[in-house]
Amino acid sequence: MRNVQTVAANTFREAVRDRVLYNLVFFALLMIGVAILVGQISIGIERDVIVSLGLTAISVIGIFISIFLGVALVSKEMDKRTLYALLAKPVKRWEFLLGKFVGLVMTLTVNTAAMSAGLYIALWTVNHGLQKGDAYILAAVYLILLKLALIVALALLFSCFTTPFLAILFTAGVYVAGLFAGDLRTVHGVELDPGALQLVRGISYLLPNFENFNVMGAAVHGHGIPGTIVWQATLYAILYIAIVLTGAAIVFSRRNLK
Amino acid sequence: MGAVLLTGMVCVWQLQEKVDAERRTLKLDNDELAMRSPAVMKRLSLEYAPLMGAIYWTRAVQYFGGKHREHDPDLGQLWPLLDIATTLDPNLIVAYHFGATFLSDSPPRGAGEPEHAASLLERGIKANPEHWRFYQDLGNVYYFDKKDYLKASQAFEAGGKLPGTPPFMKIMAAKIAAEGESLETSFALWMELYQSTRDNDVRKNAEEHLRMVKMQMDLRALDRIADDYEKRTKERAACINELADAGLLSGQPLDPAGFPYVLGQTGRAEPNPRSPLRQEWLKGKK
Amino acid sequence: MGMPQGAIEIENLSKEYPYGFLSLKKKKSLEDLTMSVEDGEVFGFLGPNGAGKSTTIKLLMRLIFPTAGTARILGKSIDDVEMHGSIGYLPEQPYFYDYLTAYEVLDYFARFHGLTGSDRAARVAAMLKKVGLDTAKKIQLRKYSKGMLQRVGLAQAILHEPKVVVLDEPMSGLDPLGRREVRDIILDLKRDGRTVLFSTHVLSDAEMLCDRVGVIVGGKLRGIGAPGELMDMKAQGMEILFELSGAAGNLPLLANATRTGDRYHVQLPEAELYAALDALKAAGARILSVAQIKPTLEEYFMHLVEADRAQATAVEVSGK
Repeated sequence: MRNVQTVAANTFREAVRDRVLYNLVFFALLMIGVAILVGQISIGIERDVIVSLGLTAISVIGIFISIFLGVALVSKEMDKRTLYALLAKPVKRWEFLLGKFVGLVMTLTVNTAAMSAGLYIALWTVNHGLQKGDAYILAAVYLILLKLALIVALALLFSCFTTPFLAILFTAGVYVAGLFAGDLRTVHGVELDPGALQLVRGISYLLPNFENFNVMGAAVHGHGIPGTIVWQATLYAILYIAIVLTGAAIVFSRRNLK
Repeated sequence: MGAVLLTGMVCVWQLQEKVDAERRTLKLDNDELAMRSPAVMKRLSLEYAPLMGAIYWTRAVQYFGGKHREHDPDLGQLWPLLDIATTLDPNLIVAYHFGATFLSDSPPRGAGEPEHAASLLERGIKANPEHWRFYQDLGNVYYFDKKDYLKASQAFEAGGKLPGTPPFMKIMAAKIAAEGESLETSFALWMELYQSTRDNDVRKNAEEHLRMVKMQMDLRALDRIADDYEKRTKERAACINELADAGLLSGQPLDPAGFPYVLGQTGRAEPNPRSPLRQEWLKGKK
Repeated sequence: MGMPQGAIEIENLSKEYPYGFLSLKKKKSLEDLTMSVEDGEVFGFLGPNGAGKSTTIKLLMRLIFPTAGTARILGKSIDDVEMHGSIGYLPEQPYFYDYLTAYEVLDYFARFHGLTGSDRAARVAAMLKKVGLDTAKKIQLRKYSKGMLQRVGLAQAILHEPKVVVLDEPMSGLDPLGRREVRDIILDLKRDGRTVLFSTHVLSDAEMLCDRVGVIVGGKLRGIGAPGELMDMKAQGMEILFELSGAAGNLPLLANATRTGDRYHVQLPEAELYAALDALKAAGARILSVAQIKPTLEEYFMHLVEADRAQATAVEVSGK
């Protein structure tokens, strides 16, 4: 575990020193400022728009970071050959992968926390204080973070066996497909033979069901988010991430570096 | 170099003003909606539907405001915009209330589509079953615009059953079931809406209706006085002053716009020809 | 025959790369390598670019996986990750995280070797000094020259005092001073009793440093042994350098000589040496030097490369 920690800490350090990240966070905070403005012209839903826009910004920016940096975690090291010296040390390849994963998730956590703080400041400014319903935003943010971790794991997996460009495409594709996974199970009005139906259902379970992490509607309107949803989503995320990372470790362990 | 850029931007700005003015006169009826299907919009929104809903709601309000500013009675795109907004975010309470009034009300105040207003409200009730004010809105739509008093009464009744509703709902249910349309009921309904809504447009609209109803109540009262006069003097009064002279009226009754009522050719009370309310009253009589 | 317990033992190591349409064709970048490196010796891999030197080293370091064959380092299989704690590796054209300083990079790598706290700090400081980067240690690597990066690479390869050190082209991209420093470090390691395996295509370095040399051309091991053993050491004659001014007369000697101004340079069989010297003395020449002609490693090398090319062409022509 010490090796995982070392790699994770270095990955975090790299993200901190990478100025791109600061631009993104700045952009997100800007979005929240815009949200305050938009709240002024949206009749009757000022608070809702701020939360809505803020959570969307956190989610979208988080997804961009997760996909692009997630893919770069391994491919950059392979491209630039920084990996060579490292793998000659007494480090197992899966320790390296796990360390990279943990490092990026730590980075995302810090970013998300910063942006959420901005969101709360925006709410405070507009409503001159916080309401009870505002606490549920934290639950929504936590679920977004789970989603981002899952996306990082997928990006890691794809980057272990394809080019960076394809890895980005696949990860983004799986994200979008995953959002509709639930719909695949409730498809009706279309006549399918039982075989095809089973296949479609199978695919719907195989895909990561990203809707599990979506509670934006509730958070936006200040409704409660049941604890069951939160811990079930946590369990789902842990399980799915474990599967994906194991797959990545298997692929990476047998990969010939250039 | 900086001066050149500045001059350039000023020219662009001036040109844009001219373009705007020209386009206004042309009344280019651009479709507000590239995408008409709420279901497709929901798909396209991925997991950001509440935000998209808020955006469509904002667009609906801007659309409405723009049409009103230009005194353009065509509100054809209001329903599609509200339909999409509430499909994307079924908890957008304000959108339902707005739609209830402005989809249902006849032009030029609204779109004149009470069936759409009713469907919108039904969706609102389904997604927010504890929100009793939707039943109030639904009752208003049936009562005022569809003139279906049975359904109106049923809506008030259903709303009255929810916890935390004031007795107003049950009272209206009963009254409408018994009498159908009446000026007192109309006044009460508009007054309740006027006092309870937080939407400025909806409140203003309720106020306008209230004035109309008040005026009709005044006219009805004046007619009774005029009839009374006729019974006594065997003649129809020619003008309001005669009624006042006969001691049946104290002073000159004014309509809500501040103009004195007059007696028309048939001896029945009418709004003053100079009153801005006369136009609407005439339209209502047809 | 049992394998001797060398520091590095390689047995039938092969690597094939699929290429072409549907990856049907295979390129053999290393074919059936069998050799060993003794404890405490400095062993050089020699060969032209693409010969398979880097491939062999990467196979040993488990960066790529063999198609066939096995290898052992310090008696343990190359699959043994723990064993890597006793070996050091300098990759070809090393590149490290450019947002880190030299100090941070070495500190980072040191952690994987289980060095903790002040022990680690001391070791890192010592390494930086040893490779001459002490003054630059706080500067980010993105500002480093190639030579400086090479030195960082060396430092991370030896900071944990490994028993076996494997260096892939350690002299590449260095100026003469840098090469001298690397040579000194290699000699230092040898003095400490460590085993060093390095690859290079600079023959003079190999001649100067190595106890033994392995020549790899075209993915195959062509020769292995001490630099002197590799070629036929039979002297191929003598060489005389002399000065002669004025009319040389008709010395038959001069017919085969190369001339630069008044200086002449002639080669002749050993048997004719003394007769020639007498003739020159009689002609009044001034003898500058007399030396044995020995074949150089370079000639041996070129000979091998050309033979390999000829064979490759023959194979192509025969359409196999």
